[in-house]
Amino acid sequence: MKKISGNKLLVKALREEQVDTIFGYPGACTIDISDELYKQDYTKVILPRQEVALVHEADAYARSTGKTGVCLVTSGPGATNLVTGLATAYYDSVPLVCFTGQVSRHLIGNDAFQEVDIIGITRSITKYGVTVRNREDLGRILKEAFYIARTGRPGPVLIDLPKDVMGELGSAEYPDEVNIRGYKPNTHVHVGQLKRAVKMLSKAKKPLFLAGGGINIAHANEEFTKLVDVTNVPVVTTVMGRGAVPTTHPLYIGNLGMHGAYACNMAVNECDLLFSIGTRFNDRITGKLHSFAPNAQIVHIDIDTAAISKNVQVDVPIVADAKEAVTKMLEYVTPFETGKWMDTIEDWKAEHPLKMKKKPIMTPQDVIEAINRIFDEAIIVTDVGQHQMFTAQFIEITEKKKLLMSGGLGTMGYGMPGAIGAKIGNPDTPVISISGDGGFQMNSQELATAVLEELPIISCIFNNNNLGMVRQWQKLFYGKRYSMTCLRSGAACRGKCGEVECPVYTPDFMKLADAYGAKGIHITKKEEIEPAFREAMKSTKTPYILEFDIDPEDLVYPMVKPGGTLEDLIMDC
Amino acid sequence: MNNNGMKKRWISLYVENQVGVLSKISGLFSGKSYNLDSLTVGTTEDPTVSRMTIATVSDDETFEQIKKQLNRLVEVIKVIDFTDVFVRMKEILYVKVRKCSKDDKVECFQIAETFKAKIIDYGKDSVLLEFVQTATKNDAVIKLMKEEFASIEVVRGGSVGIESISMMER
Repeated sequence: MKKISGNKLLVKALREEQVDTIFGYPGACTIDISDELYKQDYTKVILPRQEVALVHEADAYARSTGKTGVCLVTSGPGATNLVTGLATAYYDSVPLVCFTGQVSRHLIGNDAFQEVDIIGITRSITKYGVTVRNREDLGRILKEAFYIARTGRPGPVLIDLPKDVMGELGSAEYPDEVNIRGYKPNTHVHVGQLKRAVKMLSKAKKPLFLAGGGINIAHANEEFTKLVDVTNVPVVTTVMGRGAVPTTHPLYIGNLGMHGAYACNMAVNECDLLFSIGTRFNDRITGKLHSFAPNAQIVHIDIDTAAISKNVQVDVPIVADAKEAVTKMLEYVTPFETGKWMDTIEDWKAEHPLKMKKKPIMTPQDVIEAINRIFDEAIIVTDVGQHQMFTAQFIEITEKKKLLMSGGLGTMGYGMPGAIGAKIGNPDTPVISISGDGGFQMNSQELATAVLEELPIISCIFNNNNLGMVRQWQKLFYGKRYSMTCLRSGAACRGKCGEVECPVYTPDFMKLADAYGAKGIHITKKEEIEPAFREAMKSTKTPYILEFDIDPEDLVYPMVKPGGTLEDLIMDC
Repeated sequence: MNNNGMKKRWISLYVENQVGVLSKISGLFSGKSYNLDSLTVGTTEDPTVSRMTIATVSDDETFEQIKKQLNRLVEVIKVIDFTDVFVRMKEILYVKVRKCSKDDKVECFQIAETFKAKIIDYGKDSVLLEFVQTATKNDAVIKLMKEEFASIEVVRGGSVGIESISMMER
């Protein structure tokens, strides 16, 4: 067979793996790869404005399509800029393959220009990472990278490519199969354990499903909804699991955890069987650990052995893919009598319904409910903070809707790049991002990408002039000492807050939109919400910024005090 | 702390013999705040495979997590728990006794005889001893010799272990 360069083999691998889109930013160490990409037309190359946002775009592309997201960045700063995005993808189990350029082998270790040990830097936030040290290993490593990223519990894989290895001629062969002796992801369900779990379910008086992000990742929503329909067992979800069953389902109670609905946290507290699927019992979910679900036996289905009994000791562990497990369960389950238990839950719901205080002007709930009304089909991407929790509480996720967010790492700046990635992967679906004014500014340069790629995304900014979530903690637990959270503060008011006039807010988001060639609508009252969305959704090529004036005193309730127990909820001030 | 099973435990680990694997394993321990008491590594009969013997002080729950987390790593081929299995386990220890008087030297020879150590080098006023025994016994030797002599220098290798030949095979 004819020998080809490593660069050519990489481009061939992209085609073999059916990578239709990659997100790339060029540099000296990857210029030869860029050159090979120029010569082909199978893989579309997106050029974001910053690697930090680039990796979020690939991440959201992957989350929204189920395909593997692919990044290509250069060595040194290009590579280090991936760090936050890799960790974001790692904590939310997103399949990514990231290629980083590297200096030639003889320069590695010399502190060469744009040299960093990116494999060392990212060791604890990638599923797998390796520097290709020999040209003959390249084909195998590329094949393994895609396999590892998408199988088992998905995650980001980083492949570091020294420039000279990539330039070397070698075999043109791209392997068909992988065989990694240390990596055999579990696929089959242990039927015995599953039957045991189903039996416990049938005996329980107050059973409860806890659905995590694993259901969404495994695309098991349809099967899970069927399971809920058959068994009559009520459902709570984690924030990442929202949409596991349609949020309009009569047996769906809501999200649990730090900002979970009262009825959900009470249900977890009172249930006698917690049947959890695809969650790692993160501290934001459980509150104080030893008082989590104190009356319940716990069944836990997860693809990751290490997620089981990591935080919460479980009675029946089942290592399996959520979809396989749920499908198998459907063979064994029968309808259970849960009417009385549901009545109790309904009482809790009535006692403390999840809703914000109505205001004459506008609340985040008004905006999110407008989205619910207007869009039958949409991908909603959030940033991180109060707006994210408001969205998690109020957004309706039905069959044709998806919710994407940085749940595990809590990465501000995910929202708008996330919308870009989702829209590129789903050109026919409306894509809406919701950010705070803080998070939006972390990656606002991506407006250029959105404009040039002609992506009619709708970027909502909940502008309360503050870093609201931290401010909320300061208001509730730090004696209203608003340190470092006011986005209007600066030299003019330092040390004189309240005595002098506040500086003017910057940036002017409408001018920003204009500067990039996007469109902006500033919404100051309730009546303007719907018309703004109606206008924005008509756009076919131009991104829209919808800026909503939000009162910084609108806090996210209920709230479990950090480190508190789930039943110990702050309902309102 | 004893109530949740806090104790020293041993793991034998087969890993890919590749650049960066040692750092990945040790990084897992530091990153997740697991205790790493000792770690030894060397290649096996298969040059592409290395074997590690790891000692950790942990409680039952943490130890379960350690094994699971190790198993997750792509480069880890097999994790064997040496708790509750019969293993042969030894550690090499060198002790150099310096500034020896005549009496000190005599003492060194007595210690060597008692502990089945070897005197492997000998100078005007120093003696070098080699011990191959369990880590616990080495601990005891170090304690003893520290008390006995004015100046000692110690290096130890960390334990290596292998399962005993089972009754079935005998």
